[in-house]
Amino acid sequence: MNIKSMLSPAVTGMKPSGIRKFFDIVSTMPDAISLGVGEPDFVTPWHIRDAGIYSLEKGKTYYTSNSGLLELREEICNYLARRFGVSYAPEGEVVVTVGGSEAIDLCIRALISPGDEVLIPEPSFVCYTPCTQLAGGVPVPIVTKAEDNFKLTPKALKAAITPRTKLLILPFPNNPTGAVMTEDDLRGIADVLRDTNIFVLSDEIYAELTYGMRHFSFAHIKGMKERTILVSGFSKAFAMTGWRLGYACGHKDIISAMTKIHQYAIMSSPTTSQFAAIEAMKNGEADAEEMAAEYDHRRRIILEGIRQIGLSCFEPFGAFYIFPDITVTGMDSEEFCEALLREEKVAVVPGTAFGSSGEGFVRCSYAYSISSINKALERIDRFVSRHK
Amino acid sequence: MEEKILRLLEQDCCYTHAQIATMLGISVEEVDAQIASLFEKGIILKYIALIDWEKTDREFVTAHIELRVTPQRGEGFDKVAERIYQYPEVKSVYLMSGGYDLGVTIEGRTLKEVALFVAEKLAPMEFVLSTKTHFVLKKYKQNGIIFDTPKEDERRMISL
Ligand SMILES: Cc1ncc(COP(=O)(O)O)c(C=O)c1O
Repeated sequence: MNIKSMLSPAVTGMKPSGIRKFFDIVSTMPDAISLGVGEPDFVTPWHIRDAGIYSLEKGKTYYTSNSGLLELREEICNYLARRFGVSYAPEGEVVVTVGGSEAIDLCIRALISPGDEVLIPEPSFVCYTPCTQLAGGVPVPIVTKAEDNFKLTPKALKAAITPRTKLLILPFPNNPTGAVMTEDDLRGIADVLRDTNIFVLSDEIYAELTYGMRHFSFAHIKGMKERTILVSGFSKAFAMTGWRLGYACGHKDIISAMTKIHQYAIMSSPTTSQFAAIEAMKNGEADAEEMAAEYDHRRRIILEGIRQIGLSCFEPFGAFYIFPDITVTGMDSEEFCEALLREEKVAVVPGTAFGSSGEGFVRCSYAYSISSINKALERIDRFVSRHK
Repeated sequence: MEEKILRLLEQDCCYTHAQIATMLGISVEEVDAQIASLFEKGIILKYIALIDWEKTDREFVTAHIELRVTPQRGEGFDKVAERIYQYPEVKSVYLMSGGYDLGVTIEGRTLKEVALFVAEKLAPMEFVLSTKTHFVLKKYKQNGIIFDTPKEDERRMISL
């Protein structure tokens, strides 16, 4: 039996992650310094872990309601109102998911019919395109450019809209570029969308990680809330990646459709994680701010270092990535990453992993200690000097 | 800004002034000046290393002593503390609220040495009412640093 030929074409048609092989090499090199990982290096603050442990001690090991513990949904709503001025009703307008990842998948599946077009600014996080394809939708990349600070411009958006456009992904603060969209930038986007029926999936998972400015939520713009599905989670803000918990907020009809899928695919999100997350929402803001302050120190160090090495790099104001231009070396992104790993044992991620418009760039994560960052910078400096 | 600089130095006093300047987005000159003034004002006393002596061959014991004392006329507890902290064996002295007055940390080579120090030097002082000695068996955390933090980065490159 040829099993491969019997798999669903929807899956076999999905592009495998191009850098799997590269990651496998990294894991066999114990002395490699990595700036590759896209998750916090902090462990979850103790009081949050403790709340999870306490819930286990109390025997809270049951399923929760499909949309998540009511108390957690209430705390999520309080948090969003307090931090970003957006208001949602705990009953009906929130669903607690297995990471922001599941929320993205649910949102796309709930909205997209075969043939619907999904606008995806690129470079961006890797899941939007495959999720769209699995739903039968058509991914339409919109290239964002270094000269625009990797923002989505109203002009580029307008040019990409067709009668089949159903959904716009708004992935800011952005992984991998670190770009943010300010209130003014977002108002420009809102003006383009206002007279259309296009929905917006606003992936705000890095909302707590902006530097020198507060994050502004797209749902905060008058008239945009109804068409916006706000996706966020606990992974980045509270260093809770392994707890697998996120959420989506939006119009009750959309959330109800998403919850229906969630109910059959997942049943309910992990209960222990939900109890820990209540603590994060109630008492975790100081931790989030402290971690953000620490990332900001590293951001400045790595940006300065990369520029001194002679790579041009726009200043990122969000997430924990910088996205330097490596074209002075004459190499393409993948060549650069492979050679850097082979010659200097530093792992960074080729920009092309985030869409073909990432060619000529690499992503360096600064979710690493200052001393690792400094060591990596020294090695990158040697490497670039040799190849310039 | 002063507090931000102090917090960074508390994390790692080996940061260069240039690194601190970059991290905080200020000039190196400003960092130079601020740190000089922090030393001047006695806010920064000294840069030292945090050492886990347990991992070395050095023989030593540490004890916490609870001292109840009679404050000295006119000078209260400060005079008493001064008489005690002059000894090099004494590593720290705190004035405490609650069941005792002074918390004193003593370090010596052996249990006996520390016990004798308490018996011969501290206990006989005219203002000392009582002493209670507790020997330290293991140190888990000091100055906010957990002693056996795993060095290895366990994160895997599994997602982007
Ligand atoms: C932009 C973006 N969105 C969503 C996620 C998913 O995070 P999680 O599923 O852990 O909440 C990530 C993780 O890397 C991300 O970078």
